[in-house]
Amino acid sequence: MRKTSSSLLPNTIRRRIAKGLMALPAAILLSSIGMSASAADVNTTGLAVTDDTVTVGILHSLTGTMAISETGAQEAEKLAISQINAMGGILGRQIKIIQEDGASDWPTFAEKGRKLLVQDKVAAVFGAYTSASRKAVLPVFEKENGLLYYPTFYEGLEQSKNVIYAGQEATQQILSGLDWAAKEKEAKTFYLIGSDYLWPRTAMKIARKHIENELGGTVVGEDYKPLGNTQFGSVINKIRLKKPDVIYAAVVGGSNVAWFKQLKAAGITSKKQTLMTISVTEDDVLGIGGENLEGFYSVMKYFQSQDNPNNKAFVTAFKEMWGEDSVIGDGTQAAYLGPWLWKAAVERAGSFDIDKVVAESEKGDIELTTAPEGYVKLHQNHHLWSKTRVGEWGKDGQATVVYTSELIEPNPFPAGYQ
Amino acid sequence: MDAYTSSELISIFAMQGFSGISLFSVLLLMALGLAIIFGQMGVINMAHGEFMTVGAYTTYFMATLTETYLPSFMPYYFVFAIIMAFIVAGILGYLVEFAFIRHLYKRPLDTLLATWGLSLIMQQSFRSLFGAREVSPTLPEWLLGSYQPTETIYIPINGMFVLGLTTVITIGTYYLMFKSRWGLRVRATTQNRAMSGAVGINTKKVDRYTFALGCGIAGIAGAAFTTIASTGPTTGTLYIVDTFMVVVFGGAMSLFGTIASAFSIAQTQSILEFFISGSMAKVYTLFALVLILMFKPEGLFASKVRR
Repeated sequence: MRKTSSSLLPNTIRRRIAKGLMALPAAILLSSIGMSASAADVNTTGLAVTDDTVTVGILHSLTGTMAISETGAQEAEKLAISQINAMGGILGRQIKIIQEDGASDWPTFAEKGRKLLVQDKVAAVFGAYTSASRKAVLPVFEKENGLLYYPTFYEGLEQSKNVIYAGQEATQQILSGLDWAAKEKEAKTFYLIGSDYLWPRTAMKIARKHIENELGGTVVGEDYKPLGNTQFGSVINKIRLKKPDVIYAAVVGGSNVAWFKQLKAAGITSKKQTLMTISVTEDDVLGIGGENLEGFYSVMKYFQSQDNPNNKAFVTAFKEMWGEDSVIGDGTQAAYLGPWLWKAAVERAGSFDIDKVVAESEKGDIELTTAPEGYVKLHQNHHLWSKTRVGEWGKDGQATVVYTSELIEPNPFPAGYQ
Repeated sequence: MDAYTSSELISIFAMQGFSGISLFSVLLLMALGLAIIFGQMGVINMAHGEFMTVGAYTTYFMATLTETYLPSFMPYYFVFAIIMAFIVAGILGYLVEFAFIRHLYKRPLDTLLATWGLSLIMQQSFRSLFGAREVSPTLPEWLLGSYQPTETIYIPINGMFVLGLTTVITIGTYYLMFKSRWGLRVRATTQNRAMSGAVGINTKKVDRYTFALGCGIAGIAGAAFTTIASTGPTTGTLYIVDTFMVVVFGGAMSLFGTIASAFSIAQTQSILEFFISGSMAKVYTLFALVLILMFKPEGLFASKVRR
């Protein structure tokens, strides 16, 4: 089932057709060169590899409540794959995509993941977004020995042989952001608020520990609201009572919009209050509205406004493929890295065999110098070395990067959380 | 911890009071449409949340239209958007009643399933039409910000707006149901359908208009909520549980019960939220609700109806 993102824009369709036509001569050219090793050499385990193609899977929610977040990720993966194909593919083979819809339903993710691995025998899968969907497909990938490139920043506490984590784990995202707040904003008191599920609770646990033990600050309040909650009046009053130096927020999805709108209506703006969030990307700002976020901070590893040649080329290519109005958030950029990380590992292994690709990835020296976020390196523990950035939101829905950390080593199992 | 001046405490008390009232008006506005449909017709409309979403998208559509073609009209469009939301959701409700609710009146459990299916169909239609991303209409300036009676008290204007709107709609519904001839027909049909038919009331027509009215009010609620939260294809599902909670707790047959129920749930939750964490506040509220319903299964106010 190949479904495209639902949108009213006719120009995206036009572009897609145009792109298909452009890819055609490249494919003909490549097959005539015939530089590739025979399929049997690069594929000893029966994956879907022929003499001139290799098949991969994309597994994201195109329907259901998560479609809003995952649309960008699968668009970025398709962009990366089309760019790799235009460069000549991997080991002389053009990448073919089989796309499945996880439908925001975790058992469906597991079922579609199994279909991709068992029936389609794909060489790699780019997909899953929420932790719940990753946890659902994990046993399938481990049993069938598949390879998953996972694009989202998440709570950590996981490392599977069969998964490469392209997003940041929690300590990377949280610690240096808090250090920045303590140093630049002289923050001593923090109010933690999040949606009530695994990721915010783990993130806040890490944040609290760091605030209390490393920064010598205090947590003056900690609150979790049910997913989808739209009433923040009482919490806002509590915050007003506690007068924290920093509000540290991990509210997600539709709730986020209500949360920021109500903050603004209650007169809590960046003029009087420092607010730092680890759950707002450019995608979310579309719904929240830049005017409600102006002056607040997000801690991410990537912002669309980042000023470097890699990112400029990426943003241009993305808009050309998916429309001028598209915005690119942290998860979208991380998803874009997936195919490139896979390409690097496969080319070094000289093979599509999962075990060989994983072995190369685990050497810990695969680098991407062309990543839009800047330089990244794959660690032995399957996560990426990356920099953390603090962005200040402007009215136009774009953030200005006000702080960039050093390259941070991923540490999915911080002491005291196992 | 810092010391607080008494004026600070008073202003937080005042704002906390308003946040409870604000939650009350939101719950009531959500529940009114459902209460009419459930109470008067006995139909459990699982797609109620989606009719709210229809209202919200109508508002978004009106905002985009006004912004593009009539920018000078922006300060006033919201009023028209609410009326349009009522009309669009109402017409849709009318058609839905005509197309399949009326065939299921004798099978209440099947309506539950059918309207749930309808809600899924509507969600996917929103997604295909408007895209998966959540949208927010550009609100007129006067709806943003807050009213500051003193230095330290902030009363959000959108909250006051929803409160005012809820008051108007509630009074309107009351008059329509209890003072107009049409309301008389609706109540007569509820009490004894066969006799109402015998004295010349077109009960089928009454059903259709009641359903359309309930959906129309849901549309208004949806329009009003665009001032609070954003709109996505599945926004309706966020509201439906709270809505049912209010209607069932209030007693399905009573408008007054719905008001009382919305008020008590809102105040309990709002006060609890202030003292304990958000999720636990909801747990305690629901726990209290279950306890009360164990002793009063028909809800707070059950009107006596001959069935």
